[in-house]
Amino acid sequence: MTEALPMAGTPSNTNTAGLTKNDYRGNPSTLCQGCGHNSISNQIVTALYEMNIVPEDVVKFSGIGCSSKSPTYFLNRSFGFNSLHGRMPSIATGALFADQYLKGIGVSGDGDSASIGMGQFKHVMRRNPNMLYIVENNGVYGLTKGQFSATAEKGLQLKKQGENPYMPVDICMEALVSNATFIARSFAGNPKQVKELLKAALAHNGIAVLDIISPCVTFNNQENAFHSYTWGKDHEEPLHEISYIAPRNEIILEREMEDGEVREVTLHDGSTVILKNLEKSYDPSNRYEAMRVMEDAQRNNWLITGLLYVDTTKPNLTSMYNLVDTPLNRLTEADLRPDRSMIDKVNALMF
Amino acid sequence: MNKIVNDFSITVGTKNGSGSSTANNTILRSVFKMGIPVSGKNLFPSNIQGLPTWYTIRVNKDGFIARREELDIVIAINPDSFARDLASVVPGGAFFYADDIKQPITRADIAVYPMPIKNIVKSDPNVPTDYRDLVGNMVYVGVLAQMINMDMDKILAALTFHFKGKQKPIDMNYNAVKNGFEWAKANLEKKDPFYLEPMNKTEGLIMADGNTAGALGSIFGGVQFVGWYPITPATSLAEALNENLPVLRKREDGKHTYAVVQAEDELAALGMSVGAGWAGLRSMTSTSGPGLSLMTEFAGLAYYAETPVVIWDVQRIGPSTGLPTRTSQGDLSFTHFIGHGDSHSIILLPGDVYECFEFGWKAFDIAERIQTPVFVLSDLDMGMNQWMSKPFQYPETPMDRGKVLFEKDLEELKGNWGRYLDKDGDGIGYRTFPGNKHPMSSYFTRGTGHDAYAKYSEEAHIYLDNMNRLKKKHETAKQYVPAPVVHTMKGATVGIIAFGSTEAAVIEAQHQLATEHGIKTDFMRVRALPFTAEVDAFIKKYDQIMVVEMNRDGQMHQILLTEYPMFGPKLKSVAYGDGMPASAKWVREGILAKYQKPKAAAQKKTVAKKVTKKAAAVSKSKKTVAAKKSTAKAKTSVKSKRK
Repeated sequence: MTEALPMAGTPSNTNTAGLTKNDYRGNPSTLCQGCGHNSISNQIVTALYEMNIVPEDVVKFSGIGCSSKSPTYFLNRSFGFNSLHGRMPSIATGALFADQYLKGIGVSGDGDSASIGMGQFKHVMRRNPNMLYIVENNGVYGLTKGQFSATAEKGLQLKKQGENPYMPVDICMEALVSNATFIARSFAGNPKQVKELLKAALAHNGIAVLDIISPCVTFNNQENAFHSYTWGKDHEEPLHEISYIAPRNEIILEREMEDGEVREVTLHDGSTVILKNLEKSYDPSNRYEAMRVMEDAQRNNWLITGLLYVDTTKPNLTSMYNLVDTPLNRLTEADLRPDRSMIDKVNALMF
Repeated sequence: MNKIVNDFSITVGTKNGSGSSTANNTILRSVFKMGIPVSGKNLFPSNIQGLPTWYTIRVNKDGFIARREELDIVIAINPDSFARDLASVVPGGAFFYADDIKQPITRADIAVYPMPIKNIVKSDPNVPTDYRDLVGNMVYVGVLAQMINMDMDKILAALTFHFKGKQKPIDMNYNAVKNGFEWAKANLEKKDPFYLEPMNKTEGLIMADGNTAGALGSIFGGVQFVGWYPITPATSLAEALNENLPVLRKREDGKHTYAVVQAEDELAALGMSVGAGWAGLRSMTSTSGPGLSLMTEFAGLAYYAETPVVIWDVQRIGPSTGLPTRTSQGDLSFTHFIGHGDSHSIILLPGDVYECFEFGWKAFDIAERIQTPVFVLSDLDMGMNQWMSKPFQYPETPMDRGKVLFEKDLEELKGNWGRYLDKDGDGIGYRTFPGNKHPMSSYFTRGTGHDAYAKYSEEAHIYLDNMNRLKKKHETAKQYVPAPVVHTMKGATVGIIAFGSTEAAVIEAQHQLATEHGIKTDFMRVRALPFTAEVDAFIKKYDQIMVVEMNRDGQMHQILLTEYPMFGPKLKSVAYGDGMPASAKWVREGILAKYQKPKAAAQKKTVAKKVTKKAAAVSKSKKTVAAKKSTAKAKTSVKSKRK
């Protein structure tokens, strides 16, 4: 592999793709000041910049909601489709067939994915398209000014709504039982972890679900609420300290690691996620374990963060279809219309 | 007794799920191979097994192949429908039945033939016990063959085709046919007038169903993505794609130029297809009414987001359970207005399986040219039944991929382009596909609220400009959609407008109206919305226009009223929908019920005082020369027959 470090004379704010961070930015945000979603958008910009991903190789998708507005706040140079409430997965699934080399970034929310879009959320997991699926999870409907979402905890009090009588949906648990191949959770107030998990998720060749608790500063930020900053900070229980290392920097990191304390997961693009165990040895390739830690967290009221589950052995959606090497949206009539002689064969097949 | 040759119907009453379709298709195909015009329609209930089901075949030397309501030959295999089947035979008709049904024969005005089907099958040691019921169906084919002179070689050809040349089932079934044939020869005396005689009127034709034709047409149209969800009667369209794509688009490297995804529901089916169409693929879905309801939000979005996608609606009766396996033209209004906010749909209306193939490929050209969803409205009768057809024709024009900019185009433009900029004055902008590596290639897609450069805007005038451009685009579509087909008759005074699968019934009704009632008609089969100039011209030409369609409320009639309010009084609705395929009888009776004697004739009879509001309105609209001419013609033709 050729050396991809910045060449001498290149400004230091330019990455190996020759782009500056500005090339990854979007329009100014129109969400509330202090919204966790804005912090996530910034981390997406940083993660892509640091990973030297070219914006033209990424397509953005979203549904409807505050979270779904955010794709306009990053990657202006990428194509984007702000579609229908709860239907982002289907738009992404179809679009990603057009060019199998593209990486999808879907941004959704708890209303968009866990309520109206639960069906599409679960089905896109089992199809495993090559996309990062971020759920900016605040337990509340912000765009319609403060109704309960399906991830809101039982007993939550909201102005105008009263008390939530129902049990919540756990995004990561749903993703796991739907056979997602990468499942992680983070907290918008922990930008370093968000960024590292974003990088790991972007390097994953398949569906990567990132449930980011992203408190709503306006409609759901009481101190005792599950999706508030205060609660999140107090109850956050990181599974691992996680570092994403691009392949070309591997040597540097290996020197830093100590034997016996690391768990390596090799991703499809050859890059590696290294997980540092905190309190217990945790194996994110083990579904039983993932299920157990989530169940434990639920019982103990913990916000379990980190990489919960990863499976790098499953083929992604387009590779299951054995597509031609050329992106399908570059094929021409010669590739697509059967030869004139075939019409006689077809007619002969009829009675 | 006078022989009736090549002009009768054959109806088989069986139980759903009893495997009679092989037998019934064999009769249909054998008649077809004998060169006689024929149609076959499966009238089946919505269940897997048990309920009564009928298969009705129309044999007609003159080529009138719409469903015939009069049942000439009835074959009764189902005890549950026996009494009804017996009662349904026309006087002088023939009734064949399985003799293990011990029910009274209450008719003396028909020829009755009991058939010992069970005994005949039992006597063949080569038929395994499990297969006796299935193979038993072939016995009635043999009995019928002997009684009406159906060609045994053609039966063998039909079975060979059906079983794809597999010798064992061919032999087993053909033996049952032969056994039935021999038994009838030895035991039955011909008492009915119906005979088949070979002709050459099907030479060069093929037999196919509309769903297969639509799928094949789509493949020749270069389909690349299919998102679909199972629903009767559209399922076999997607299945035909699955079956034929690997064959017709086979490549030496074994790789695929397409993907077919069975979605979790119709919302996702169209969502995927819209995503693929947006990203530059020739993309489609197939569904029926209830599925289309679920697709509504995406259809509306695709209209506003200007995304090409082809949506087949194989219409049925709906919603929910009840008559979902019965045919209908009930989705026209819904499709016309589908979506929220202001929208116009481009709708293609194939009239037969040949057009299902043709519109299969053409729909992609129109969708990509206009950058909008294109609906193709077929129906259960066309989609699932076997129809005679001209052989499918290779697309006569190269693919029209519409206005697309790739990297080199953007370089020439120095990146200066606007996704929704009406550069050419036809309302259609230029688009780019994800994966385009030019740094100026991308744009952000949303529903409403964007300027010519796809920038977010809620400015009132920008929204208005965009809406007006969308309207202009719909005007542009008129140049691209198929023009209507007109069947004229010398001296016609009445216009008929219909669409889709009713064509055969309308043509036959036209013939009956002319020969039996002295009413001469011209018939325009509309093949698309928006209406083209030919539709305007046709409507202007006649004093009365009958709008024939298979639904209750006269949906095409309503749309015509909206589009041509000035001609409202002369547009008369002949709408009828009971789930059965169209017949000449209901078309004729429907037209007669609405037909008004031409005004000139009425005046002569001194009933001028009783002129109704409608008639008054008709006279107002008679300003064109064409209308005056046709009135004059009407006078003469009506005279001859009326008095």
